[in-house]
Amino acid sequence: MAHFEKANSLHEWLDQRLAIDTLERVLAKEYWIPKNINFLWAMGMVLAFTFGILLVSGIFLLMYYQPNVELAFDSVNYTIMREVEFGWLWRHVHAVAASVVFLIIYIHMFTGIYYGSYKKGREMIWISGMLLFVTFSAEAFSGYMLPWGQMSYWAGMVITNLFSLGSLELNGLVEWIRGDYVPGQAFLDRFFMLHVLLLPLAILGLIGLHFGTLRIPHVNNQDGEEIDFEAEAAKYKAGNKREAKVISFKPDFLSKDMFVLSVFLIFFFYLVFWHYSFAMDPINFDPADPMKTPPHIYPEWYFLWSYEILRPFPKDPGLVAFGIAQVIFFLLPFLDRSPNVAPAARRGKFNIWFWTMLVDVIVLTIMGKLPPEGIYSTIGLVATIVFFALWISLPFITKNEKAV
Amino acid sequence: MAENSRRDFMGKVFGGWAALGGLGVLYAAKKTWDPLPSVKAAGFTTVDLSAAEPNVLNIEKWRGKPIFILKKTPDMEKSDRDVIVGKDRFMVAIGLCTHLGCIPAYRPDKKDFLCACHGGMFDTSGDNIKPPPPSPLVIPPFKVDGTKLVLGEEGPQYKKMKEAGITA
Repeated sequence: MAHFEKANSLHEWLDQRLAIDTLERVLAKEYWIPKNINFLWAMGMVLAFTFGILLVSGIFLLMYYQPNVELAFDSVNYTIMREVEFGWLWRHVHAVAASVVFLIIYIHMFTGIYYGSYKKGREMIWISGMLLFVTFSAEAFSGYMLPWGQMSYWAGMVITNLFSLGSLELNGLVEWIRGDYVPGQAFLDRFFMLHVLLLPLAILGLIGLHFGTLRIPHVNNQDGEEIDFEAEAAKYKAGNKREAKVISFKPDFLSKDMFVLSVFLIFFFYLVFWHYSFAMDPINFDPADPMKTPPHIYPEWYFLWSYEILRPFPKDPGLVAFGIAQVIFFLLPFLDRSPNVAPAARRGKFNIWFWTMLVDVIVLTIMGKLPPEGIYSTIGLVATIVFFALWISLPFITKNEKAV
Repeated sequence: MAENSRRDFMGKVFGGWAALGGLGVLYAAKKTWDPLPSVKAAGFTTVDLSAAEPNVLNIEKWRGKPIFILKKTPDMEKSDRDVIVGKDRFMVAIGLCTHLGCIPAYRPDKKDFLCACHGGMFDTSGDNIKPPPPSPLVIPPFKVDGTKLVLGEEGPQYKKMKEAGITA
């Protein structure tokens, strides 16, 4: 047994037993952040906070939601929306956060691509981030099933049918995943479990991993400058804060994070109170009907780009294209063969690549929402081909990039 | 050295047991996620066809899926896929598009099925006539019993179709 002095405060008492001062020093006060980073670097904090909002609002919804095919629709649309006081608030907060979290994820991802934050030494940051993106996608999809409306049901039907793997016709696998011939009670229970337990647990673990991956390579900066963090930290600790290229996470960078976060929250609650309906599809206010398909099925806006990649092709090639689109971003650190860590603007051809990719994904997103007819199909097909052409060309255009 | 090899041996023994336990868990998990017996038992539906009108699509429910039953008019093309009940020819098929499982809508004036999700089309025999659907509508296992159709049971007509490879 170690020796303990009498503590003079609660803080001291805890510090002796949990080393809270050491924890704070290692995790916050001496966690070094480069000075030259802009507001886009605060998106990580915005995401962590939004996940917190989803967790809390989800817990409130969980107390009234019924995971039963007969009761689910009414438990959401009647009990929570009309009977439970402030039930509407939790639902709108949850729905808006689920939608907005993807907007921030995409900004976070494209920031990383623009500044080369996935480059040598930072591959694990990128990969763990992509794992988070995939898990968030699964979380969003499983949550979308729960109100058991028409769009929930048919999205469940279409997405689980993808597991028959096209012409392989593995209908047994699909029925095993659903626990029924069609989405039914077993299916709803499974997705309920995934949404409220397994996937949130996985997300929490992955967030821990994602933070951990930053620890050794440190966060990138606006110029892609390689910083000697130990030397710069020594300057900072010696009191030479003006010359040091780094600042501490707490309290220095945290103040900027908090500012960006508060601006974000104004936008967020503006949506929650005045424009919540954008996060809710009108078709999902019809109860699930296995005997009637809505005339036009489309996913939420954040999946539209990959949905559009599935659409223009016949079954098997469409499925393959869709599968590749889901995982290709994981390979970014290995397909970009330039050693430069620099903003895209200074990287010649890569700059064109970056903006074409961004515009292409936006075009795919718009086409994914429009019906698959005439000119829209053609634009969608062209955008899909451009998407793959960009990925194929990436190693070639970055191979001979001039050093900057 | 002797102690180390003893520990290695214990490690291997434990590893073996753990692998065995893991296989058991995987087997149990697989079985747990299979459709329940009550779900499987609800897999039979009987439909009386004596009152069917030509060119009017009837939609029945079998295993939670919509079943299209269409009595053919004389001008509709005959097909090996037709289910013959007495003197009448019927199209019987699972009403889920073979692309991604949406329900196509019947257009009695044009005598075809249009799947609005991705624009696929089927004719009155259930054959796919416009992509993306890669194959005709699936014919469910059926048995003709007088003027009744039993879905979920493989009758002689169905078995013949199955042998000819046209049920899917």
